Amino acid sequence: MDRTRLSRRPGVRSAGDRVVNNIDMQVNLGGILMKNPVAVASGTFGYGCEYAGLVDVSRLGAVTVKGVRLQPWPGNPLPRHVEVPGGMVNAIGLQGPGVDGLIRDYLPFLHRADVPVIVNVWGTSEEEYAEVAARLDGVPGVAGVELNVSCPNVKEGGHAFGTDPHTVAALVAAVRRRTRLPLIPKLAPNVPAIAVFARAAEEAGADALSLINTIPAMVIDIETRRPVLANTVGGLSGPAIHPVAVKLVWEASRAVRIPILAMGGISGPEQAIEFMIAGAAAVAVGTANFIDPTTPLRVIAGIEAYCARHGLTSARALTGSVRI
Amino acid sequence: MVDCMARVIEQHSLSSDYFMLLLKAPEVTATARPGQFVHVRVTGLSEAALRRPFSIYGADQGVLALIYKTVGRGTEQLARLAAGDTVSVIGPLGNGFPLDCGGRVPILVAGGYGVAPLSFLARRLGRRGVLLVGARRAEDILCACDFADLAWDVRVATQDGSRGERGLVTDLLDACLATSPEASTEIYACGPDGMLRAVGERAVAAGVRAWLSLDKHMVCGVGACLACVQRLRRADGAEWIGRVCHDGPVFEAREIVW
Ligand SMILES: Cc1cc2nc3c(=O)[nH]c(=O)nc-3n(C[C@H](O)[C@H](O)[C@H](O)COP(=O)(O)OP(=O)(O)OC[C@H]3O[C@@H](n4cnc5c(N)ncnc54)[C@H](O)[C@@H]3O)c2cc1C
Ligand SMILES: Cc1cc2nc3c(=O)[nH]c(=O)nc-3n(C[C@H](O)[C@H](O)[C@H](O)COP(=O)(O)O)c2cc1C
Ligand code: FES
Repeated sequence: MDRTRLSRRPGVRSAGDRVVNNIDMQVNLGGILMKNPVAVASGTFGYGCEYAGLVDVSRLGAVTVKGVRLQPWPGNPLPRHVEVPGGMVNAIGLQGPGVDGLIRDYLPFLHRADVPVIVNVWGTSEEEYAEVAARLDGVPGVAGVELNVSCPNVKEGGHAFGTDPHTVAALVAAVRRRTRLPLIPKLAPNVPAIAVFARAAEEAGADALSLINTIPAMVIDIETRRPVLANTVGGLSGPAIHPVAVKLVWEASRAVRIPILAMGGISGPEQAIEFMIAGAAAVAVGTANFIDPTTPLRVIAGIEAYCARHGLTSARALTGSVRI
Repeated sequence: MVDCMARVIEQHSLSSDYFMLLLKAPEVTATARPGQFVHVRVTGLSEAALRRPFSIYGADQGVLALIYKTVGRGTEQLARLAAGDTVSVIGPLGNGFPLDCGGRVPILVAGGYGVAPLSFLARRLGRRGVLLVGARRAEDILCACDFADLAWDVRVATQDGSRGERGLVTDLLDACLATSPEASTEIYACGPDGMLRAVGERAVAAGVRAWLSLDKHMVCGVGACLACVQRLRRADGAEWIGRVCHDGPVFEAREIVW
């Protein structure tokens, strides 16, 4: 029996969990070829192997791994997270094995899983970012580098770069000189005009943009009158930040020609589709992985079904289709 | 580890704050070992609410049993579940207790809901031992009859003296260690951090092996988010940062850097 023909009716589920609609789901994120537009966000999917028992990692469009710098880094003291209405606030503090540890201990798994890997990189100086990116160049499986210039959780780096467009530009240019990998600066959401940062990054040689990172936040225990997080402040993620992210993605996408990887509060296909309509070429699922690890797979199926229902032959047709 | 929808078979209260929840989850129980836990998505909380970790109290014939204390909005919502409702469960997670105590007498030290994984352990150890259980008051002593049914030596301490000895569970441990030859016992403990630390320190001082199940607030439960880390020490003295959900929750007392 020809299953493809039988299930060609829009939105009809095949015997498996995949929707078979003949929608072209491929996207090119600044040189990273993704089989579908759905990635997982840095810090929310470990190094892929942790979720391998629950999710077929090879079905994801890309896996963004937890932020690394040059040397191993211990992160912040506990507690590192607190649940809040609409999401959570975290201050993990970019704990990681260092770039060489990442290459040695974690990347082989993802390479075998045959999924493009985007490595999230941070540092305390331009040189450190550039050196980490240089070491990743040519490593099997690594498809691109996401430059974390926006982490609210470490005093040492990241954030300071993300709040001045000239610093972002200089950083992108410095890293550009040391690697051929696609570069994706992950912009800070808490800036007055995202378009300025987006353009600065594009002009400096960025291949795509990633937004948004968590939004700086604080939670106080009213009984003890002390901050809940050991780091005092952290970053808000989850559904609460989604509308903020949609606005920033929309503004950034109008300012640049390079594609955008959008994240912030995706918990199902609807928010992902909304991001694409706002101007994103691809999306990444973050906090929702912790709650339902199959969210990225549901999002892929949902985008396919939506395209079929709306008479679109490719997911790419969704990008920037907002009617204002 | 599987991700499944489990149907509530029944739920009943054990005391004013404690409940027992029985779920049909053969996919989870098939491989569950004492000391492992499940990550439950509590129905009725907002879609952004994180999962809650609970130790496995029982895993027999496809029935997963949990014992929990209502402490906040998740566990209070859990207490509203009735037969026929479903919840999403990921598990079994974590490493579990070692089941081979090398011929030594197991001493189990329980605080609060920490008795849940220890009861499961007692049923799987295949040999009798001693249960030391402590609580604030008599009605917080749970499941002691599970151990009595297995003919274990059960010793109780309450802070208000309403049952057993007046005092702390560590007082019972001190008495126990004072009378047993050190090489003949092996300690397994689950309870609040302060209790575990006190048990661990006594075990190290007495040269007895102690397996401690740590309770850290968790987000992912599988090792991906780094929310539940613990400083640890290898046999060669080198320190490393472990993830309680993935590398634990059970660690040998000498591994833990408090
Ligand atoms: C490995 C492990 C096994 C556990 N086994 C049991 C058990 O068998 N029985 C039982 O009653 N409890 C157990 N707990 C504790 C249980 O997870 C918490 O009591 C529960 O998550 C509280 O949820 P809440 O929404 O009612 O509380 P709230 O205080 O409203 O929770 C707010 C947030 O804090 C987290 N949280 C609060 N307390 C704890 C805690 N002690 N440990 C981890 N996360 C916490 C919640 O998951 C949630 O994200 C275990 C914890 C761990 C880590
Ligand atoms: C626990 C946790 C850890 C994170 N770690 C990183 C990180 O290492 N690097 C980074 O650029 N972003 C990190 N992020 C931010 C996410 O990648 C994402 O941008 C953010 O959470 C918004 O998406 P969400 O609302 O879907 O979670 C982290 C987020 C969370 C919740
Ligand atoms: S809860 Fe995520 S690493 Fe342990």
